[in-house]
Amino acid sequence: MATATYDCIATTTLGSDQTDVTFSSISGSYTDLVLVCWVKTSSNDIGLRVQFNSDTGSNYSVTQVFGNGTIAGSNRQSSQTSIRWANNLSTNGGIGIMNLQNYSNTTTYKSIVCRGGFASHGTMASVGLWRSTNAINTMKIFDEDSGSMASGSTFALYGIKAE
Amino acid sequence: MALTYTAISTYTVDSGGTASIDFTSIPSTYTDLVVKLSLRGSSGNNVLMSINSSTSNFSYRLLEGDGASAASYNNTTGRLNYILTTTANTFSNIEVYLPNYAGATNKSYSVDAVSEANATTAFADLTAGLWSNTSAITALGFTMAAGNFVQYSTATLYGIKNTV
Repeated sequence: MATATYDCIATTTLGSDQTDVTFSSISGSYTDLVLVCWVKTSSNDIGLRVQFNSDTGSNYSVTQVFGNGTIAGSNRQSSQTSIRWANNLSTNGGIGIMNLQNYSNTTTYKSIVCRGGFASHGTMASVGLWRSTNAINTMKIFDEDSGSMASGSTFALYGIKAE
Repeated sequence: MALTYTAISTYTVDSGGTASIDFTSIPSTYTDLVVKLSLRGSSGNNVLMSINSSTSNFSYRLLEGDGASAASYNNTTGRLNYILTTTANTFSNIEVYLPNYAGATNKSYSVDAVSEANATTAFADLTAGLWSNTSAITALGFTMAAGNFVQYSTATLYGIKNTV
């Protein structure tokens, strides 16, 4: 009999404006993770960053492609203290989707593939790297622009089993 | 643990082709919707999405690569991508993600789409879209700007529940 392969591990709906959301004690029993965020902002458009396992060292890098409706571009950030993985979120509610493959292995560095954006500002895709062989058990999502993630924003973390 | 990723409905175009693919009476019992489409048109043209039978109040910003350069566009339609018919037996793939589709806010959606062809030009599109309407989404429709979807085109609507 087939087993469920796509489980919701945790979910958060903000009851008030917050600058960060943390998923902790993430089980290592899945193969891949998917994080889906629908984020409203309380002021201007913001970008979201992620840190894993409370690592604040310069162990992160990211490459982005983006379009704002008139201009397409790409940028690169290395030796960062977090990964900028979604941007252009807005007061009307933007989307961020992060895929984390093989997140719990203890042999390789961890890569992520992400999508983000909002129709009034732009769209983007990014690939990020956390240079650690530790299994991911904590994810901190936070905004980088001193705005807040507004009440009503939703976050859902899913686990995928390859069985 | 609860089932979180469920196929709500699937559609396969038969030999007669079809002008539209419609999912109606979508239940509000899920958190997010995902539509996965494999489409080929009777001629090359844009694929358009409607929500609750409406083609109004859409806006989007698009990042597109065509094999030679990248560009970004914006418009006020429900365009998802451009279907190429340059190469026989070749279908475009599109994924539309609609979070919080049953809520009382305007509806944001994200689109990943490719139109591959054995030709100089093909397209990879990333889109951030918005339907500025606070109604719960109960119907999704897909049409070509001109022409029909041809045989073997498929569309599947999935519901995702964030029930732990």
